[in-house]
Amino acid sequence: MSDHSSSTLAHHFDSHEQQREASTVGMWAFLVTEIMFFGGLFLAYVLYRSRYPQTFADASNHLNVIWGGVNTVVLIASSLTMALAVRAAQLANRKTIVLMLILTLVLGCVFLGIKAVEYKEKFDHHLVPGKNFQYDGANGQKAQIFFSLYFAMTGLHAVHMVIGAGLLIWMIVLAHKGVFTAEYHNHIENVGLYWHFVDIVWIFLFPLLYLLGFHVGH
Amino acid sequence: MSVHVEPVKTYVMVFSALMVLTVATVFVAYFDLGLLNNFVAMGIALTKASLVVLIFMHVRHGSKLTKMIALGGFLWLIFLFLFPLADYDTRGLLGPLGK
Repeated sequence: MSDHSSSTLAHHFDSHEQQREASTVGMWAFLVTEIMFFGGLFLAYVLYRSRYPQTFADASNHLNVIWGGVNTVVLIASSLTMALAVRAAQLANRKTIVLMLILTLVLGCVFLGIKAVEYKEKFDHHLVPGKNFQYDGANGQKAQIFFSLYFAMTGLHAVHMVIGAGLLIWMIVLAHKGVFTAEYHNHIENVGLYWHFVDIVWIFLFPLLYLLGFHVGH
Repeated sequence: MSVHVEPVKTYVMVFSALMVLTVATVFVAYFDLGLLNNFVAMGIALTKASLVVLIFMHVRHGSKLTKMIALGGFLWLIFLFLFPLADYDTRGLLGPLGK
């Protein structure tokens, strides 16, 4: 039980291995609640899209596939750098952890910047649901449902990205202080899990929101 | 069970696969395949998500408990979709009671 002499091992765990295991399981339990949280919005999307398939396809063509595609690439790239940051933590390679976390943070900010440009476009084109909504296609009322879902889903996703960016900054500080060792890197592993989860949400949002009417308009 | 450290090459290969699949999903969207568009798009998205979960999120080398919780989340998501859709898609099939 030499592990007990270590200051990074909480007293109620027998070993670092057990501590890491508990930490990972706890994070996954949280992610399951997140899956159900986003799941409700995806269900609302499926229900309304199955009611108004044509309107949804037309409305989807008002989104910018280039920006959406670029953001998909940016986010997947940030998942790669996040995975490499966690790998560096497993090897207790402090400089690589900090570098990879900063790259992840930069890519996350690029994603949010592009999202802001897209949102501004929607405001300029009066495609935000509400009093000033103006739609050139048929069934404007039903198209508002699409745009409501677009803003709710990408908005909730963006909020998760902002929280993720905050967590990354915290991890950069901890990594810089040299907190993480090969035995003790639960925080960064969990932030990694969170970041990858947010990436997965986008992997589904991109085809569902941007691409469903693509063949109609091209 | 000690920490399993994946080689950098594995992560880069997963990243490349995710890029190829992203291009594929945009490419397929150009064609009107009717209902098949949905299945292809969701099939690609599920493949991408599985790659991220299994390798980036280390579930492949995770404990049985982690695998069970991850799979459980997916299962409950299916329930979340299955029951409301079974309701909405069968409404009006039988007509008013007693007629």
